[in-house]
Amino acid sequence: MAGVQVANVSRSFGAHKALDDVSIDFPDGGFYALLGPSGSGKTTLLRQIAGFDFPDTGRIAIGGESVERVPVEKRRIGMVFQNYALFPNMSVAENVAFGLSVRGEPKATIAAEVQRALDLVQLGKLGGRRPHQLSGGQRQRVALARAIVTKPRVLLLDEPLGALDKALRVDMQIELKRIQREIGITTIFVTHDQEEALTMSDRIGILRDGRLVQEGPPEEIYDRPQSEFAATFLGDANIFRGDATGNGIRLPDGTAIAAASGASVAVGTKASCAVRPERIRISTGAATAGADIANVLKGRVSKRIFAGNNSTYFVDHDGQTLKVIVQNSGAERLAEGQPVVLSWSSESTVLIAA
Amino acid sequence: MGDQLATGSRRGLKPALPLLLPAYLWLTVAIFLPLSAMVFFSFMTDLPLAGKEWAFTLGNYAAFFSQSLYSTLLLASLRLGLEVTLWCVVVGYPAAYVLAKVLKGRSREAIFLLVILPFWSNGLVRIFSWAMVLREGGILDTALNAVLPFKINIDLMYSYPAVIIGLVHSYVPYMVLTCYLTLQAIDDSLLEAGRSLGASRLQVLKRVIIPLSMPGLIAGAALIFVPVVGSFMEPRILGGRTGTFYGTVIEDQFVAVFNWPLGAALSFILLAVVLIILALAAPVLRRAG
Ligand SMILES: Nc1ncnc2c1ncn2[C@@H]1O[C@H](COP(=O)(O)OP(=O)(O)OP(=O)(O)O)[C@@H](O)[C@H]1O
Ligand SMILES: [Mg+2]
Repeated sequence: MAGVQVANVSRSFGAHKALDDVSIDFPDGGFYALLGPSGSGKTTLLRQIAGFDFPDTGRIAIGGESVERVPVEKRRIGMVFQNYALFPNMSVAENVAFGLSVRGEPKATIAAEVQRALDLVQLGKLGGRRPHQLSGGQRQRVALARAIVTKPRVLLLDEPLGALDKALRVDMQIELKRIQREIGITTIFVTHDQEEALTMSDRIGILRDGRLVQEGPPEEIYDRPQSEFAATFLGDANIFRGDATGNGIRLPDGTAIAAASGASVAVGTKASCAVRPERIRISTGAATAGADIANVLKGRVSKRIFAGNNSTYFVDHDGQTLKVIVQNSGAERLAEGQPVVLSWSSESTVLIAA
Repeated sequence: MGDQLATGSRRGLKPALPLLLPAYLWLTVAIFLPLSAMVFFSFMTDLPLAGKEWAFTLGNYAAFFSQSLYSTLLLASLRLGLEVTLWCVVVGYPAAYVLAKVLKGRSREAIFLLVILPFWSNGLVRIFSWAMVLREGGILDTALNAVLPFKINIDLMYSYPAVIIGLVHSYVPYMVLTCYLTLQAIDDSLLEAGRSLGASRLQVLKRVIIPLSMPGLIAGAALIFVPVVGSFMEPRILGGRTGTFYGTVIEDQFVAVFNWPLGAALSFILLAVVLIILALAAPVLRRAG
């Protein structure tokens, strides 16, 4: 088992920079999610680590050992592909056995290890099937069993759950996380599903246009995004733009927004504030301003979307539409067009440099 | 892969019948009728032309078994077919691999065209071109002597190797095409998966690529082996006196000796032998694939 260090890695395809000076330290035994929009370089980064492709500049080390000159088959990695890439000419058991058998392990060892891996992914009885006789979720598990049976140092997963439907995906997320904990393997997981990244990983790295935008534990990125992109890509956020005041910003209409955390921005320069929709309180009465309610805004409900356990209100304020998420308690419902007061604490507000 | 195709074709045969009808009509007219006429001829003492006397006989078939020449030549032809097929695999499979997995875009199209070109050129032109290359004082001889510091004599003309070279050149496009199609269908991620599991390039080739392209190899081999065993043009022109094979003997019966019944009988014996070989080989090959 080993951590992975990616240092100043760049990779261009023609004039296009798919990776631009990316540095990430993937901790030993951790579950790391690489998150980013389509074309942001997630797969490209994974392929550099796997050794299918090589960086133009920069260094990659696995377990502290530089792998520049190490071919794929010697890197001792396990990879799960988006389309699973199971060998169609082999049975499930033969697929899982492949990595052990190319190493020349004795037959008895292979059989025992394969059975153990298949049991781990709860497919112990399906070893004789062919890949095309399996469901999507089962194929995914076979791919996982095949990748971990060789005891790799690092497990690389490229959107492994992308092709599954929502319910199965949640099952597989739990399963995958359980297996990862059980064998304690360093895991790098590519996804463009932010919820998946939040629920599964110990750390998240957000990529955009080949650059690392921000990285850290999920709570940290969610609570203290360092850019508007990070704030809106990971979860939902209301963004206010104005001039920095020292402890927040002043909106064009003169309202002050207080932020307790975030970047330090010189007074008078352009800056923004981000607030999560579920942190905002919405009420019809007078503003319940107090010590912990630093920010108060007046607005008018323009739309309400009911989603079972919660409702999303869209509130217009000075030409900007703000999003507020409220748990449904069965109490009053606000009608569209109703004037409301929004309030939230400065601790819920993050200052972001423009 | 095979089972998927089979389940796909089972349903929906009935609605497809009107669409298949023209094809079956054409097969009947173009293949079944002439073939039945030939079966008929093969049991006659002589051609029923210009009021000649004729009768039914098994003599034409008996001739094959009574004269060892025919079975000797048939064995030689089968060996020729095997050798040419093997060379086509040796030459065609790597070419197909490079086309399908290494080259991309324009260069692939260009090389593809070069591979298919012999297909489109006239067979006789192709064979006589080889004659010009292979004979003493020909293109190969002259070129090699111009490059090499010592004198060598290259005269491959009228030899067994010349026949092999000519046949391989004529038939290798089949192998390239069938293998290209199956190789093309192999997802690159399978090869990467193999490498990530610790297999070297060679191991991936042996355990993933070749098994998955077996259908193409088998189809190519069948497409090449069958006509090569009956071939007569290349053996005759490039092989000269060494170029007497089963196919040339059949051709002689039709164009020189004018003994159609014997020619027809010899053809059907060849057809039977080839079918038996393919039937015997099928299960073995299927297991390999
Ligand atoms: N082999 C290649 N040749 C040329 N361009 C490439 C190649 N591979 C990737 N790119 C480009 O690099 C950029 C990053 O691609 P990459 O596949 O890493 O994106 P991604 O983040 O995995 O996106 P997705 O979520 O859609 O899978 C894209 O603009 C892509 O077009
Ligand atoms: Mg990708």
